[in-house]
Amino acid sequence: MSVFVVVIAAAAGVLLGLAAGYWLPPHGRAPAREGAQAARRILLPFGGEAISRRSLEAAVRLAKAENAVIMPAFLTHVPMNLPLETPLPVQAARGMPLLEAIEQRVSSQGIPVDSRIGRGRSPRDALRKLLDEEHFDRIIVSADEDPRTGGLGYADLRWLLERVPAEILILRPAPEDTRRISADALSGHF
Amino acid sequence: MAAGVGKTFRMLLDGHAEQEAGIDVAIGLLETHGRAETARLAEGLPIIPRRRVRYRDTVLEEMDLPAILSRAPDLCLIDELAHTNAPGTEHPKRYEDIEDVLAGGIDVISTVNVQHLESLNDHITELSGIRVRETIPDAIIGQADEVVLIDVTPEALLTRLRAGKIYPTERIDAALNNFFRVENLAALREVALRQVAEEVGAKRLTTELVGSREESVAADAPLAVGERLLALIEPYPGAQRLIRRAWRSSQRLGAELDLLWVRPPGRALSEDEERSLSALRQLASVLGARMLEEESDDAAAAIVDVALKRGTTYILIGRSRPARGLARLRVPLPQRLMQRLPGVDVRIVADRSGRSNSERP
Repeated sequence: MSVFVVVIAAAAGVLLGLAAGYWLPPHGRAPAREGAQAARRILLPFGGEAISRRSLEAAVRLAKAENAVIMPAFLTHVPMNLPLETPLPVQAARGMPLLEAIEQRVSSQGIPVDSRIGRGRSPRDALRKLLDEEHFDRIIVSADEDPRTGGLGYADLRWLLERVPAEILILRPAPEDTRRISADALSGHF
Repeated sequence: MAAGVGKTFRMLLDGHAEQEAGIDVAIGLLETHGRAETARLAEGLPIIPRRRVRYRDTVLEEMDLPAILSRAPDLCLIDELAHTNAPGTEHPKRYEDIEDVLAGGIDVISTVNVQHLESLNDHITELSGIRVRETIPDAIIGQADEVVLIDVTPEALLTRLRAGKIYPTERIDAALNNFFRVENLAALREVALRQVAEEVGAKRLTTELVGSREESVAADAPLAVGERLLALIEPYPGAQRLIRRAWRSSQRLGAELDLLWVRPPGRALSEDEERSLSALRQLASVLGARMLEEESDDAAAAIVDVALKRGTTYILIGRSRPARGLARLRVPLPQRLMQRLPGVDVRIVADRSGRSNSERP
C-alpha cells in the first residue's frame, strides 16, 4: 500500500512539474544569461562612425582571458536646444549599424555582449552619465577617435584618466594598422 | 505644413462655400500677412473686429472672444490655432479661446502648421534645426471632426516664396536661408502627411469600436496607410538586437515603433534585469520608440489587446527559448498571435549575432 502511495506521489510530483512547465508563461522563468554571474564588465565607448579594430580586438582578448562581458556603448550628444530625452534619429541611423557590427564581431567569438547607449550634451557628458549609473571594471578607448564625428578627443581621454575610478586602457593605433570597423562590417542586412 | 501653403486661403474658400449653403459664417480672426490674394478672398464674409489689448507700453490687437460669443454665428473662421494671446485676455492660448467658442455651440474652422504640434516639436527641431516656440497639444487636433491637409510640393512652395506671394520682398532671403529650404520643407511635408494619415486612422479605429453598420464596413477595409510595428521584448541583453532590427524595419516602412514588455504580476527583477531594462528604455528613447509595459499572466492576451489598441500591423518577436515539460504541447506564441490577430504580420527575428565574419576581410 505504502509503495503504491509513494509511486502515486512520485507520479503526481512529475505531473505537477510538467504541468508547471506548461502553465508557467515562458517569461516566468529566469531568462538565459549571456555570461557568468559575476562576469567582469569591459566598456567600449565610441561616438564616431567607426572604431579602431585594434581596440575591439584588445577588448575581445581581455574578455576571453577574464571571462568578461563586452559592453559597447554608443555615445550620443543632444544639442543644447533640445530636451535631453529627445529622440535622435539621425545619430541613431549612424550608430545602430555600427553597434550591430560590433555585437556580431564580439558574439562570433563566443563572448557575451551587452550594449549601452549613452546620452549627454557631449560625448564626454554621455560617458560620464553612463559611468555614474553603472560600474565597469575596465574601459577601453582608442586614441584615434575623431571628436569632429562625435568621438572622444584627447581632452576627454585625459579626463577619463584623471577622474574615472576604473582601469582604463587607451590604445594608440600602430602606424601599420589603422584599420577601423564601421557599419560596412555588418554581416547580412540589418 | 508650412507658412504660405494656402491654409488661410482654404479656410476662406470653405467659409464662402458654407455661406452660399445658407450657413451664418463670420471671420473671428484673419491673418493675411499682407497677402493681397488672401485679403480679396475674405471680401463678402463678415469680420468680427479685433479688440485692442494694452500690454506694458504697447497696444496689441487680439481676437475678440466675447464679441464672437455674443455674435454667435453658426460657423466661425479663426486663423492661427497655435497663436499665443497677449496677457490680459481670457486665455493664454488661442486654442483655449476656440474651446470656449465650441462650447458656445459655434462651429470653428481653424489653421495650423504641423510643426506646432507638441509631439512633433522635438522631431522637427532635429530635422530643421529650428525650434518652434508656439505649440498646441495633439489632443486639440484629435478633437477636430475633420483634418484637411494642404499639401504643396517644396519646389512649388519655394517658387511662391520667391515670387513674393508668401513674405514681403525684404524677408524672402532670410526665409530661404532659414526654414524655407527644400530639405526642411520635404521633411515637414512627410511629417504632415504621416500625421494626417495617423489622425484619419485613429478616427477610423475609434468609430470601429462603436459598432454601427457603416463602421463594420470600415472594419473590413484594409488599413489605407501607415504601418505600426510592435516588438515584444524582455529585459535581457539580446532584446537590444531585436529592438534595433525592429527600428530598422520601421525606418524602411516609414512606420511607428512600439515596444512591449508583458511583465508577470508581482515578478521582482534581478539586478541584471533592472540594468537591462534601463538600457532598453534608453535605447527606445534615442530611437523614438514608445516603450509599453503591461502586467499580465497571459502574455498572448496582453499582446493582442495592445496590438488592437495601437493599430499594429507587424509584430516582431525574438527567437524563443526551448519549451520544457508540458509547455512543449502548448501552441507557440507566434501561432497564437496569428490566430487571434488576422491581418497582422508576425515576424520572428533571427539572431544573427553569432554569424561568422570569417568571410569578411
